[in-house]
Amino acid sequence: MKLDTSGLESTAPLFGANTVLFDGFKDVPSFDVPKTNDFDGFQKEAIQMVKPAKGTTTLAFIFKEGVIVAADSRASMGGYISSQSVKKIIEINPYMLGTMAGGAADCQFWHRNLGIKCRLHELANKRRISVTGASKLLANILYSYRGMGLSVGTMIAGWDETGPGLYYVDSEGGRLKGTRFSVGSGSPYAYGVLDSGYRYDMSVQEAAELARRSIYHATFRDGASGGVASVYYVGPSGWKKLSGDDVGELHYNYYPVLPSTVEQEMTES
Amino acid sequence: MARYDRAITVFSPDGHLFQVEYALEAVRKGNAAVGVRGTDTVVLGVEKKSTVKLQDSRLSGADNLLLLSCRSVRKIVNLDCHIALACAGLKADARVLINRARVECQSHRLTVEDPVTVEYITRYIAGLQQKYTQSGGVRPFGLSTLIAGFDPYTGVPALYQTDPSGTFSAWKANATGRNSNSMREYLEKNYKETSGQETVKLAIRALLEVVESGGKNIEVAVMTKEHGLQQLEEAEIDAIVAEIEAEKTAAEAAKKAPPKET
Repeated sequence: MKLDTSGLESTAPLFGANTVLFDGFKDVPSFDVPKTNDFDGFQKEAIQMVKPAKGTTTLAFIFKEGVIVAADSRASMGGYISSQSVKKIIEINPYMLGTMAGGAADCQFWHRNLGIKCRLHELANKRRISVTGASKLLANILYSYRGMGLSVGTMIAGWDETGPGLYYVDSEGGRLKGTRFSVGSGSPYAYGVLDSGYRYDMSVQEAAELARRSIYHATFRDGASGGVASVYYVGPSGWKKLSGDDVGELHYNYYPVLPSTVEQEMTES
Repeated sequence: MARYDRAITVFSPDGHLFQVEYALEAVRKGNAAVGVRGTDTVVLGVEKKSTVKLQDSRLSGADNLLLLSCRSVRKIVNLDCHIALACAGLKADARVLINRARVECQSHRLTVEDPVTVEYITRYIAGLQQKYTQSGGVRPFGLSTLIAGFDPYTGVPALYQTDPSGTFSAWKANATGRNSNSMREYLEKNYKETSGQETVKLAIRALLEVVESGGKNIEVAVMTKEHGLQQLEEAEIDAIVAEIEAEKTAAEAAKKAPPKET
């Protein structure tokens, strides 16, 4: 499997004289794999060893007005919470967002790399790259590193000439187009709230509130999710951060403490 | 001068790349080709040398196997559903360039999930032509291409030209190959924004300036957004040529008539 290092070059070549169909594959030396009896088992073990658990909750969905992207902000290392203030929504360019789930370094690096490629595409072709194209570029790169321990579960959300776009891209090389996605260890809980409350024609405020509530409920039940629930909106003129609320405080918004009546008052005699 | 035209990587003292200029000469000896852009159509036309008697024009060089007419298409080819190419110069070089361009069109669809724009594929072809002017042991491609097509999103028609040096530019109408200067002069004098059949007529009129009249001497292909590339049959071309001749005689008669009336 040849490594695609076109992402690591400072100026990615716009085209090559190679007659091979795939873009970006070059003759780069790859490392020798050790000889074992059970190669598949060895590969699986290697992946499990390197792959950190995707402890997070991120979600994104398309609705009438555009795309809503939301995420929590907790980073965990096993049972230790290493940070409560991680930026999990990455700004690729003024009209495209990416979410982070899996390895933080992997997500950050490859999203920035994708931003470079998108800008180069704009300069070369005098038009913005589509969300389809951007997600495809990222998926191709991740596919070429398949089996080498990258851990990326990201959603690419943006607005292009054809309207709102949302793609799920992961480090296995999968790429799915869709209208509702949630990624991470808290995603089952987020899906429950998101799916039951989703309608296509919501206003921006309603959609943001749905996203916020879904993230909150995921952080309530999932130990690896927490911190701040950030909500972004992507519309025709680009993305805008709508809110960032601490989930501890959000809890009391949804479940305020009711003053209870005291049956017997203890009086001081 | 003889010392500077062996390896193309060498500049001459007065700044010429002789191999590139010789390649342009080869283009000037090739068959005439013309391209005209209208508001909703782009037309490509090439001069067709009268076929050698024993050559089976049905089978030789068939790029479009679906074409059932008795003439195979040799000179105007599809690069993708929405882009066509005509060229003047060395036909063997053209085959290589066209194949590479076709692969690039599909490769672009694969990596970006979008069809190429006309400008992108022109830039690719021009870049390829330039690469061969700056490498050791190779010679430049001896052809100029006319690339016509529609932008896949905006639907705007476009016409580009590339040449052996690797430069390219967009044109409203252009000609290349044999006698291209006369064709270009004609187009400069008579070009105006046209659409549909008028564009076809303008292209054929320009070609007729330098080519013997008749359907069997010209090949015309019309590119529209809805129908893609359509080759005109010999009979259709003859009909249009007849129309053009009729218009010409009518115009001449109108010019001669007034003096008689006074």
